[in-house]
Amino acid sequence: MRGNNVVGIIFSNMHDDSLSRVTNIRTFGSVPFGGRYRTIDFPLSNMVNSGVNKVGVITKSNYQSLMDHLGSGKAWDLSRKREGLFILPPFGNGNQMYNNRIEALDGISNFLENCQEEYVILSDCDMICNLDYKKVLDAHLDTNADITIVYKHSMIPADLTESVVLELNGQDKVTDIVAGVKPSEKCSWSMGIYVMKKSFLQKVISEAVSRNRNNFVRDILQRGVLENKIYGYKFEGYVGALDSMQSYFKVNMDLMNLDVLKDLFNPMRPIYTKVRDEMPAKYGLGSVVKNSIIADGCVIEGEVENCVLFRGVHVGKGAKLSNCIIMQDTVIGDNTVLNYLVSDKDVVFNDGKVMIGTESYPVYVAKGSEV
Amino acid sequence: MYPKQECIAMLLAGGQGSRLYALTKKIAKPAVPFGGKYRIIDYPLSNCVNSGIDTVGVLTQYQPLVLNDYLGNGQPWDLDTMYGGVHALPPYQGTHGADWYKGTANAIYQNIPFIERYNPDYVVILSGDHIYKMDYSEMLAYHKAHKAACTIAAYQVPMEEASRFGILNCNEDGTIYEFDEKPKVPKSNNASMGIYVFSWDKLRKYLEMDEANPDSSNDFGKDVLPAMLNAGEKMVAWKFEGYWKDVGTIDSLWEANMDLLDPKDPLNMSDPSWRIYTRNPVMPPHFIGRNADCQNSLITEGCVVNGKLEFSILFEGVQVETGAQVTESIIMPGAKIMEGAVVQYAIVAEDAIIGPGAVVGERPENVENKDDWGIAVIGGGVKVGAGAVVKAKAMVEEDVPEVTK
Repeated sequence: MRGNNVVGIIFSNMHDDSLSRVTNIRTFGSVPFGGRYRTIDFPLSNMVNSGVNKVGVITKSNYQSLMDHLGSGKAWDLSRKREGLFILPPFGNGNQMYNNRIEALDGISNFLENCQEEYVILSDCDMICNLDYKKVLDAHLDTNADITIVYKHSMIPADLTESVVLELNGQDKVTDIVAGVKPSEKCSWSMGIYVMKKSFLQKVISEAVSRNRNNFVRDILQRGVLENKIYGYKFEGYVGALDSMQSYFKVNMDLMNLDVLKDLFNPMRPIYTKVRDEMPAKYGLGSVVKNSIIADGCVIEGEVENCVLFRGVHVGKGAKLSNCIIMQDTVIGDNTVLNYLVSDKDVVFNDGKVMIGTESYPVYVAKGSEV
Repeated sequence: MYPKQECIAMLLAGGQGSRLYALTKKIAKPAVPFGGKYRIIDYPLSNCVNSGIDTVGVLTQYQPLVLNDYLGNGQPWDLDTMYGGVHALPPYQGTHGADWYKGTANAIYQNIPFIERYNPDYVVILSGDHIYKMDYSEMLAYHKAHKAACTIAAYQVPMEEASRFGILNCNEDGTIYEFDEKPKVPKSNNASMGIYVFSWDKLRKYLEMDEANPDSSNDFGKDVLPAMLNAGEKMVAWKFEGYWKDVGTIDSLWEANMDLLDPKDPLNMSDPSWRIYTRNPVMPPHFIGRNADCQNSLITEGCVVNGKLEFSILFEGVQVETGAQVTESIIMPGAKIMEGAVVQYAIVAEDAIIGPGAVVGERPENVENKDDWGIAVIGGGVKVGAGAVVKAKAMVEEDVPEVTK
């Protein structure tokens, strides 16, 4: 089984700054997304669906909500006797907090050393997609590459924090890597997902550390583009990059496009998440719901249009919600009007309140607030 | 060696449920979907877990494939414990030959070795066809306080309906002096709910006596309980107050589902202190389209709704296309209601397809002779062709051909 020959590494804290308001209290990986998910569910499920049964999750700070979400890994079938889910907190190797991807990987050198698997997949939690890593690995083996980078050929997302644009030849071999640019036409941009041999990763990390090089893109990818074989793997499916509050808002709203919904939640490669055993959503008499994504446990008595409602949200009578993302267990009082708003978990909107943001600047209400 | 358990539960889940016809053609009654995302057996199983009983034997016999699969290792109900947990107990072959379960009492009798492993003081006997939330630990406390051999849960039914039930006639102190099965002139309205707590030493004795009696039909209600009463054992009724519904017939199954839409919400399934657990589907939240109109309905994960819903329940993965109307109906997992179809007062079973413009079921006011009205049922996987009409009370198990106008 080749799938079992791969270990997945997920960086749960990378890009925290780009969603700083929602990551104030949690890791990027545990940011709620799409009505019932956390962003880490996507890379984690993708790995499991590709036959990977050992995944290490690198954490840095604020990781209680992530650990609560992941638990033993049961929901992803990763609570196993052999292999399974490994949460890798910082300070795994000495008492210094890591500052970048290279130091983070150096910090888990013992974990990597003990892995029997021949290959590694590295992924962050900022790309919402349904990706079959088996195909990436097949391509990696076919080209005999040292590193395979998953890329998308489209307009580069506007707020991408670590923007990396690839120049490729006709065989998908990477001939040049340009970082920090935002071309104004379609380009091949890296999704930050890499496949390589574990031994290769260990080698380049220890070389970089010993020479005090600490930028993964500059010191490993760009420096290696001539001496190593770096190939690209073109991803054709939907990808939603979460790189700012605006794109977080937009990617959630993308789910109302049925093609996107079907692509992301392919029943052959389901996205798993922690279950909450909520009852089905209840629609009251007189409720009006249009073009919305609604999770179990919601009770809707008012009007909801173009919204994503997470599990356990209550919408009171006469309330009007449009273009909102309302996270778990938020209560919206009667006759309250909300437009272009992102509400974190457990918020209470009292009766008759009005809050209106704009498409380019949705209002954000912090977890547990009372309005 | 298994650690001793004070109380274990045995769940009778082997019945065919023949009065659910098409719905139980391929699955046992306890595995029939209920309430938007549950199956009937989720209720007794969740009650067990919430009452602190973590060892449950499930007696299976009729069409056990789906049920066994559903139970799995019991993880959705937190029943994947080290020693207890949920155990499917089918009939088995022994050195003296093989027997099907001859009756409810015989099913328990054949599994005495299972029960004895846990050396329990008490055994709760449950059935897999009731919708209710009950704290069995309260019933057990009552049983212990009364030092009874058997405690039977009793539900107060309206006096005029009492003659449809097994009635428990009690003294003032709650002890039972008479069982009255479907009495013409009921003396009380204490209906037996088919939920029993036994002291295990007593139950074991009467099960062995019952087995030795060749004239017995090996049934709890008909044989074991009367034998205990006649022998002078202390039997008490424990009055249950709350929502309880037997879902053994198409009408009662439909009504119990509709009760969930009652604004008073008699069952209150959203109570976080008494969750009903189920094997959750792995599907995204549901999507409500621009043309949809959902009134007083329950909708769960994986549904895509573009049509009109009134007083209806959609299970996971149901699709209701534009212009379709679903009224007072239950649509089970994976079913598809196509463009312009009308489904009213009906149960559409798993993965059935109602073609464009088809009409399933009728409104009671549109049926002349009231006896001709009833809930229409479309069996699992059945395709109702475009433009076809399915009358009220119909029980459709074969595909219905398309009707061209």
